[in-house]
Formats: sequence, structure tokens, C-alpha cells
Amino acid sequence: MALKMVKGSIDRMFDKNLQDLVRGIRNHKEDEAKYISQCIDEIKQELKQDNIAVKANAVCKLTYLQMLGYDISWAAFNIIEVMSASKFTFKRIGYLAASQCFHEGTDVIMLTTNQIRKDLSSPNQYDTGVALTGLSCFVTPDLARDLANDIMTLMSHTKPYIRKKAVLIMYKVFLKYPESLRPAFPRLKEKLEDPDPGVQSAAVNVICELARRNPKNYLSLAPLFFKLMTSSTNNWVLIKIIKLFGALTPLEPRLGKKLIEPLTNLIHSTSAMSLLYECVNTVIAVLISLSSGMPNHSASIQLCVQKLRILIEDSDQNLKYLGLLAMSKILKTHPKSVQSHKDLILQCLDDKDESIRLRALDLLYGMVSKKNLMEIVKKLMIHVDKAEGTTYRDELLTKIIDICSQSNYQYITNFEWYISILVELTRLEGTRHGHLIAAQMLDVAIRVKAIRKFAVSQMAMLLDNAHLIASNTQRNGICEVLYAAAWICGEFSEHLEEANQTLEAMLRPKVTTLPGHIQAVYVQNMVKLYASILQQKEQAGEKEAAQEITQLMIERLPQFVQSADLEVQERASCILQLIKYIQKLQVKEVPVAEEVIALFAGELNPVAPKAQKKVPVPEGLDLDAWINEPPSDSESEDEKPKTIFHEEEQRHSRHRQPEIDEEELARRREARKQEQANNPFYIKSSPSPQKRYQDTPGVEHIPVVQIDLSVPLKVPGMPMSDQYVKLEEERRHKQKLEKDKKKKKQKKEKRGKHHRHNSLHTESEEDIAPAHHVDIITEEMPENALPSDEDDKDPNDPYKALDIDLDNLVSGKPSRPLADSEKLPVQRHRNVETLKSPDSEVPLVEKKSKKPKKKEKKHKDKERDKGKKKEKEKKVVEEEEEEEEKKGEDLDFWLSTAPPTAPTPQAQSEPGTGTAVVAESQEVKKEEREEQDEEEEDEGKKSSKHKKKKHKKEKEEKSKDKKKSKKKSHHSEEEPPVSVQNGTLEDEPLPPMSSYRLLAENPYIKMTYDIQGNLQNDSQVTVSVIFENKSTSFLKSMELNVLDSLNTKMLRPEGSSVHDGIPVPFQLPPGISNEAQFVFTLQSIVMAQKLKGTLSFIVKNDEGSTHEKLDFKLHFSCASYLITTPCYSDAFAKLLESGDLHMSSIKVDGISISFQHLLAKICFHHHFSVVERVDSCASMYSRSIQGHHVCLLVKKGENSVSIDGKCNDSTLLSNLLDEMKETLSKC
Amino acid sequence: MMRFMLLFSRQGKLRLQKWYLATADKDKKKMVRELMQVVLARKPKMCSFLEWRDLKVVYKRYASLYFCCAIEGQDNELITLELIHRYVELLDKYFGSVCELDIIFNFEKAYFILDEFVMGGEIQDTSKKSVLKAIEQADLLQEEDESPRSVLEEMGLA
Repeated sequence: MALKMVKGSIDRMFDKNLQDLVRGIRNHKEDEAKYISQCIDEIKQELKQDNIAVKANAVCKLTYLQMLGYDISWAAFNIIEVMSASKFTFKRIGYLAASQCFHEGTDVIMLTTNQIRKDLSSPNQYDTGVALTGLSCFVTPDLARDLANDIMTLMSHTKPYIRKKAVLIMYKVFLKYPESLRPAFPRLKEKLEDPDPGVQSAAVNVICELARRNPKNYLSLAPLFFKLMTSSTNNWVLIKIIKLFGALTPLEPRLGKKLIEPLTNLIHSTSAMSLLYECVNTVIAVLISLSSGMPNHSASIQLCVQKLRILIEDSDQNLKYLGLLAMSKILKTHPKSVQSHKDLILQCLDDKDESIRLRALDLLYGMVSKKNLMEIVKKLMIHVDKAEGTTYRDELLTKIIDICSQSNYQYITNFEWYISILVELTRLEGTRHGHLIAAQMLDVAIRVKAIRKFAVSQMAMLLDNAHLIASNTQRNGICEVLYAAAWICGEFSEHLEEANQTLEAMLRPKVTTLPGHIQAVYVQNMVKLYASILQQKEQAGEKEAAQEITQLMIERLPQFVQSADLEVQERASCILQLIKYIQKLQVKEVPVAEEVIALFAGELNPVAPKAQKKVPVPEGLDLDAWINEPPSDSESEDEKPKTIFHEEEQRHSRHRQPEIDEEELARRREARKQEQANNPFYIKSSPSPQKRYQDTPGVEHIPVVQIDLSVPLKVPGMPMSDQYVKLEEERRHKQKLEKDKKKKKQKKEKRGKHHRHNSLHTESEEDIAPAHHVDIITEEMPENALPSDEDDKDPNDPYKALDIDLDNLVSGKPSRPLADSEKLPVQRHRNVETLKSPDSEVPLVEKKSKKPKKKEKKHKDKERDKGKKKEKEKKVVEEEEEEEEKKGEDLDFWLSTAPPTAPTPQAQSEPGTGTAVVAESQEVKKEEREEQDEEEEDEGKKSSKHKKKKHKKEKEEKSKDKKKSKKKSHHSEEEPPVSVQNGTLEDEPLPPMSSYRLLAENPYIKMTYDIQGNLQNDSQVTVSVIFENKSTSFLKSMELNVLDSLNTKMLRPEGSSVHDGIPVPFQLPPGISNEAQFVFTLQSIVMAQKLKGTLSFIVKNDEGSTHEKLDFKLHFSCASYLITTPCYSDAFAKLLESGDLHMSSIKVDGISISFQHLLAKICFHHHFSVVERVDSCASMYSRSIQGHHVCLLVKKGENSVSIDGKCNDSTLLSNLLDEMKETLSKC
Repeated sequence: MMRFMLLFSRQGKLRLQKWYLATADKDKKKMVRELMQVVLARKPKMCSFLEWRDLKVVYKRYASLYFCCAIEGQDNELITLELIHRYVELLDKYFGSVCELDIIFNFEKAYFILDEFVMGGEIQDTSKKSVLKAIEQADLLQEEDESPRSVLEEMGLA
């Protein structure tokens, strides 16, 4: 034995230590791998020895090798051995190694549980510390479960060194073992007020991390954190707290208001950039949550933007970067504030740091408006020219396209300009985004009909200059645009002026050097061009010219027939034969043009990219069913060619599914058919164009987005985008001048009147009328498209499990106390565990007092009913509950005493109540309301300020009494009815409803309309009319006129008389519908109104055009003067008892629909909102545009509904109720 | 929360790695390789932050060593930069003007210091003094362990 020891020690003297190993590795640079494998062999020998010092040394070396990338998982067991060494030196090394290489997949990790537990309870704080540190890196769900209780105990350790580590590791434990959160949370919360700043900061860290994931459970801690924030001077802690508030404010707007002031103070005072940055970020978050028009916070946003400007102007790249990052957050809600710093952001495009330039680009994307798009793009084009390195230039290019095409080309006012930009972009050398440009060209040309003529002329020019572009034939290079150019010229060849020239350009020998897929498109579109030229010549009677062109085709096509590309060759030879046949006919002087052109008849419609996905599965079709019996495994070889074929198919579609199985194939076959039907490039065996569209339903109904029209401008020759910018500026200037004139006029008129005039000097977006009359055809979707399926929440989110309601626990609500099963597992001796129940472990003395208490919590209801409770115990519980009650209301109270800087009008601050008390039980909510009602009755006449304070105090007192009295009756009662605010309870699906009513209809046109009150103006309503062209003719020059009444008048443009109609700002092609809006002014709104009117229009078809008229009656119901306004129960109650309202009621029998539907109907058709709903009784509220309050109490009986209404104006009320009666009697 | 911290040299040699979320070796290697490539490719005048996968990376170069932290989306970049700086200061205090070789030869010490400073991806103690004190005392404990152990004693001859 002794000898063995001696031998081990001597060996040890010759062992390499870590330093030797490192030195050795450095000295064996050439054969490092060999040297290390030698070392590993040595280490393996060392690990076999009994001497722990030798083992520790070996493990230490292994840890080093692990960092170099060597696998040491084989030594896991040895690592555990070293971890369990009694000496700190070795233990430290063992834990280090474990923390570096253990993970959940390490199987021996289970063996560490007892060792770690032992170390955690070690008298030496460093043993404990090292174990905690190690465990934090490799904790597994099992370890977390087994050790949670031990660690929780350590949170109250006497030494702050241990406490802070224990607190920090709890977060990891929660993540792995979410069940531990509820039992551990009270103690964790205590640690927020630990005397040691380190422990305190650790607790803040953990709670902040938890709260960021599931903020709503931590709302009740807000007051405590607020206190910490105002008292702490530690920036690390402050940052965490402020971040936490950032997560909480979206849930509680009142919190945001309270925060603004301290945060702005910090922004002003702090010198730490990190803190400043965090404050700015949180202020932004707060403002976003308050975004609904808080004018007094514009100062805060200004402050943020100012500070960010300073950051961006700083020479420190880091600050610049972060400043831009934060700016983009502001941009989303306050675009105006950011847009004024456009100069600065454009400057950043010149920065030498690419990441900053990219950030600035991102910002620009969100900053564009109709007004500045051209200017910004112009600047970007300059940068494109200057940019070094293709990556950045390509990035610029994609950004330009993104910026222009965002939200369906929303910001483009002049598509000629955009086409010119695209054409200019084709001059970029070496870009990899040719495809992108091509796609844009196609998209614009197809969807913007008005631009086709211009686009075709530009594309023809591109084709003519193809030699410039075609020099770069690399994949996805700029030559891709020729693909688009050829297709556009072919498809819209009727717009082509010099078709002959373009055709010749496409037949040049140089074309054969282009990539195959482009040549194929060339060949196909040549025929389209050829067809249209042929038709042109035949119509003009120039037979020779027609034959010439045929001859040209026959001469040039063979070069494509010889193509190596299969697609090109096939198409070319096919077409060559066709043209030879045409030639024969031409010789016989048979007119052929009509037939040739019929090959390409029919219009192409853009299909939404998602359309295919949204096609509903027809009934009776089971996509998972086998079409053919699955092939046996042995046949798998035969399957191969199919797969290859399929992959080729896939290249055309973007969505690539990873696995292809039988049903997938079947589905795709189906999809392919669909795709082929819509694919302009797909040639069917029998091209009968009419048939092509028969299978796709609803093609006639292409929805069209309309942009108001203005004078189109025409620029001859090859335009530069810059020219457009100039023209655009002039145009806008003109518009502005006109507008200014108008404004002045208006002002003169308005002077003297007491109107709140919004004096915005900046031109608003809508002010800029587009230069073109443009239809953007929206992409087609299949009928009955499936609802969106984008909702993809990650079910594996580890933080989801931590979404645990802690409020009940923190405030100890009896509704959900810690159940026995939730207690953390405590280690017990094995035989005890198996033999005895957990309770038996409790010492006998305690048992007596504890047992009944536990039971009481669990089976309170039963015990209460029996009335067998001891008085003493009851009291204890009640006291507890009362205290918690106070706490629960604390947050509300704390929030309601908002600082004077943010005055909150009663009506506005109330909305918060709903969210603030979410955590509280429904019962309390109801009680509170009752109390308020009572109180308000008592003190209705006292000033509201005074009331608020008193209110709270009284409430507390009352709740005490109430609680007691309630206690006894409570449990015999039935479940309290769930009260619902604003109809949030949607237990059943509602039937689809439309507010549009029929206005008038004849064989040509159908008009439906809807009337909406205007919030900004108390005497205006907007009538939206949908015009639908039912005929096959073109409807134009539509004019709508209404015979004004004394009370109601149509708002006409300045200068026109009352007899003039208002032109409808669009024309209607067959089958198209569109919406126009007309504004009416009213004086009194208490009565419904009917206005007679006429729509006159011109019907244009092949036979000529006729004038038509359609008379209608526009019915202004009283409900159309109401605006859906949310109201909270307290404000509602106050309104009812104010005594200013007149009352009236109706009753309707024979109602069969559910109450839910009934309410929905009233909400929808009569513009009400639900204040509160209890069972089959609901209170509702709405407001008229002139400020009348309308309150309803709707009660549903067996087969009837009774509605009691209260309103400032009795006439309005009775009219409203009559209307409602009519609606309901239809049910 | 910080996900991991890496120290690597300009030549792309890893000097220290600390993972606060247990990760399989294969993934670790892949991430380290990828991130090193990205960071080393950046030009000297570029800012210290970059978005990488779903994380934010904050790095700073001290002499020939890159200190590189991966943090989560909502974390504060500037405070992370501060954290890196503090760690460097701690190393500097402990080793006395630290250099890359100190960290290579005493890599376990560098880990111990980091473990006292950051735990589970959260900063443990914001005071440099208390971190150094904890390290010193732990070292003292280690020396106590080692001092009575002369070679002869262990050979069983004493």
C-alpha cells in the first residue's frame, strides 16, 4: 500500500502539469495534433491512478484541451471524481471542468446530485460558491428539481456571498424546473430589499429576466421597483429596473405616465451613456404604449430624438450605431419627429463603417413618404454610383427596391419615374440582383395598367441596347432584366411603337449567348410581337411587308433551333414550323393575322404569392389518402427519376419542401396544374386562350385599388429619373400654391368663428396627388381563401413555462395558495420516504396546529358550510386575506395618484382599471364596483378630487365589513357571474355582418352605402358609396348629386352651386367595383333624414355611348350619427345617476338569436359598445357626433328583449330605439 | 442575459470560452468558428456591435485579444461593453498588467475570476473590490491546501 503511494507520488513528479502542456503545445507547432494525442494518452494513464492530485492535474489539462476543441466527454466520470475531492484546490478544478463540458446530454450528470448537495451545505462558503457557479452552467431539469429546495434555503444564508449566488442561480432553476417558481418567489421578492447591495442587485437581475418574459405576472411589483429606481444609484441595477419597466408599461398605461418624469430626469442628469440609452429606449416604449394622442408628451419624444441626435453625431461609432437603432424604434410611432433629422441619417450613409450605413438604410426605409421618396431615392442612387464593393452596392440596390415597392407601392406617385429608376439600375455592373430588378419591372408593368405604354417603350430600349447588358452573363446577373424586357415587350406589344425594330433586336445573333431561360422567353415573345406586327400590316393592307416579316422570322429562328438549351430548341422549332405554315398561307393570300393573334388572346392577371396556399381543400378530397398504393421498398430505385424530375420543377417555385412523399407529390401535381394555368410562360399542348380562364373562378372580378387622378405628364425620349424629380417638384409646387390660396380663403371665412383649427404647416401625405391616374391591380386570391396561417408561436419556448401567476401568491390570495404538491421536494432518508406520508415528518407539536390550517385552505368550502370552524382560526385567515386585499389594491392606488404633470381626466384614466385588476379575482372586481356605486350615490355632489382620496379609505373599511358578512354567505352562493367588459367574451362565432346597405340598383350599376360619423367635426358625416359595374360596358363620367335639405347638405367643392353634382373620382371597367366618399354637413341630428339624389353616368360599349341616370334615396338613420365610443362602468354609472338624461324603453318579442349575437348586432349596426355584461343583461354606451350620451340597458328574456335607454335628447333616443326595434324584429 | 463569452486571439485561437446556456460541443464549435470569422473580418474602425443569428454580439479588442459577448435581443449593448472592460480590469489587477500569455498559462484563473464576476449570464457583483477579495480568499484557501503537502510527506516518508 505504502509502496503504491510512493510510486504514485514519484510518477506525479514526472507528470506534465498544465504549464508544461501549454508550453509543449506551443513548441510543437508543426505536429500539434500528434503531440496532443500523445498527451491525451498520458492523461488517460494518469486518470487511472488513485491519487486525486494526479487526477485533478489530468482533468485540468483536459479542460484546456477541451477549449482547443478536443472531445473530453469520455472523462466525465473522472471529472465527477475530482469534483468530489475534499480539498478546495481539486474541487475547484473539477467544477470548472464540469461547467465547461457538461450539458443535458451528459449521462453521468445524475451522479453529481448528492455531491453537489453536500457541497452546497458545506461550512466553507467557497465550496458552496464553487458548486453554485458550476451548477449554474450545467443544471438540468432533474438537478433543478432535486436541488431547488437546497438552493432556496441558501437564499437566506448568513453570508451575502452565498446569498447572491443562490439568488442568481434560481433563475436557471426556474427555467429548468418551472414548478419551483411559485414556492420560491416570496423569498426571491424579499431579496429585493436585502441589506447587501450585491444580493439586491442579483434579485433585481433575476426578477427582471423573469418579468421580461411574462410581464403581466409581475405588474404588482411595480411600486416596489419604482421605489428602488428612485433610490438606487447603481447604474447596473438601474438599467435592469428601467428595462423591466419597459416590459411592464405596455400592460399598464398609467404606469407609463408615472414613469415619464423620473425617466426624463435621468436622461437629463446621467452621464453614463448606457443608462441614458436604456432610459431613452424605455421612454420610447412608454410613448408607444401611450401613443393614442398624448400631446403633452411630445416634449419627451423631442428630448429622446434630441439625445439620439447627439449620439448619432458623436464620433464614437458605437453610439452612432445605437442612436440609429433607437431612432428606428421611434420611427414606428412618431415618424414625423424622425423625418426632421433626415439630413443626419443621409449623412450616415457616408460613414466608413458599413454596419452604420446599413442601419441608416434601414431607417430610410421607414422614413419615406410620398413627399420625399424621390429625393431619398435620388440620394441613394448617388451612393450606388459611389459605393465601393459589390456587397454594399447590392445592399443599396435591394434597399432602393424595397423602399419603392413597400406596402404595395404606396409611396410612388409617378410610376414613369420608378420605371426609369429601374432602368438606371440595370447599368450597375456585377450586381447579383438582376432577378430582383426584373421581377419589379414585371410586377409594375402587369399591375399598373397606365404605365404599360411607357414601360414597353423603355423595355424596347433595353432590348435594343442589350449588348451593354448581355456582356455579363453570369447567373442572376443583370442580364436577367432582359427576361423581363422581352416578356413585357411581347405581352404588351400593342403599345409598341417600333415593333419591327424591337423584333429585329430580339433576333440578333448575340442573343444566343444569353442564358437559356432568357432565350426561351425571347423566342416565345418574338411570336407575340410577330403576331401583332402581322395584324398591323394586314389591316393596313401591306401584304408585302407582312411577308417580309415572316421571311425575317424564318431566316433568323434557326439559330435558336440549334440552341443547346432544350427549352429554347423545342420552342424555336415548334414556332419555326408554325411560321413556315403561316408563310404558305400568306402566299395563298389567306389572311392569317386574326388566328395568329388568337394564340395570345386574353389578359393576364397577377396572382398573389400566397394564393396557392390559400386554396381551400374541396370537400371530400383527402390529401393524405394514397392515390396509388405506396410502392414497396424494393422499388425505391424506380422512384428516383421521378424525384429528380420533381426537383427540376421545384426550381420555378419558391417554396421548397424538405421531404417529398407520395401525397406530397399528389398535392404538388395539383398545385402544378394550377400554376400552369396561371403561368404566362407555360405553353399548353392545345393553346385555347379562352379555356385557360374558365377553370379559375372570379377572374372578371379583379379588385382594383384606385389612386386619384391628375393630369398625366409625358416626357419624350429616354427620361432620366432626375428629370422626373424636377417635374415632380414643379407639379407639387403648383399644387401647393393652389392649396394655399384655398386655405387663405378658408381662413378668412373661418375668422371670428370659434373653431379649433389644426394649423399643421407641413404638407400631409394625402395632400400630394399622384401624377398619374393609376390602377394598381391587387393580386388575386382564390375564392374562399383560407384564413391566414401565419400564427406560428414557438411551442418550445423555454420561457413559456414560467408564465405562472405569482400575484395570488405574493399577496397570498386564498384563491390559489401553494398546494402541497407544489412544495419543493425535500430530501429525506429513503426508507422514511417510502414508509411515511410527508405530513408525518412534521414534529408532533406543530402537527396539531398546522394540520387543520392546511385543510382549511384546501377544503375551505366544505368546512365553512359545516360551520365547524374554530373562531380563532377563522380570524387568522380573515386577517390574512384582508391584508392581501390591501396589497392587491395597492398597485391601483399607487397608480391612481399620478403625478400632477400627467393630469388624467376621469374618463381617460379609467380604462386602466380593467387591466390593473386583472390579477384580482372577479369577485373583488364586482364588489369594488358595487362600493363605488354606493359611494357615488352618497357623495355625488362632492368635488371629485376630494372624493378620490376618501373613496379609497372608505373602501378599505367597507371591504372589511363586507368581507366578514360575505364570508358566511359566500359559499352557499352560486359562482359569481362572470362580468365582461366591452364584449371581450366571444364564446361563439359571430355571423358575418355588413354595414353597407343597398342604395339603388339598375342593370348597369349597383350602389351600396354606409354612413360614418366624423369624430373631428360635430356636424359632418361621411357617406361611403360602393359603385359596382354590373354590365359588360365601361362606365364613365359618373356624377352624384343630392337634393340638399335645410338640415342636411352635401359638401361640394368651393365655387360650385347646390345644383352641381360631385364627379365620382374614377371610372368603372366591366365587373369592377370601387368606393367613393362624400361628406355631408348637418345641423340637427336628432331625427333620421332622407335625401333624394341622382347618379348620372355614361355607358360606353361597342355600340357607342349612352347617358344613363339612376335615382336613389339616401337614408341617414340616427344610428349613423353615433360613434362607437368605449366607456367604463364607473363613468357609465356616473352618467346614469347624473339625472340629465331622458329615459325611454322598448320591448321586442319573438327573438330567437343568442344574446351574444344580439349584442353584436346592436354594436355593429347601431355603433354601440358593451360597457358590461352579466348573464343575459348588458349595459351599452355610445356617443353622437354632437356629444349626446346614449346609454342602454339590454335585457333578454325567454323570447323577448327589452331595451331601456337614456339619452340627453329624448327625440334622438326614441328615434334610435325605433331603429333598433326594426333591426331586432328582423332577428 | 449573456449567452456566452469568448476570448480569442487575432490569429483565431480560442483562449477562453464560457457558456451560460449548456450547449452541445458540436454546436459550440460551430458557433465559435462562425463568430470568430465574422468578428475577425471586421475593420478596426467599425462599431463594436453586430447582429448575429438571433443574438447581439458585443466585442472589443484589447491588444491582440478579442473579448466577445453574445447577449439577447433586449439586453443593453453599452453595459455589456462596460462588463467586458471591467473583466479586463479585473484580469489586469489580478495578474498585474495582464497579457495574452497570462491567460494562456493560467487559463483556469481567468475562469475563476470570470466566475466570481459573472454567474449564469448575469453580473454577480458590480464592485471590483469584492470580486478580487473573493478570488484572493479562495486562492488563500488553495494555498492552505497545498502548503502542508511536501513531496516527502506525500511519499509517506515524513
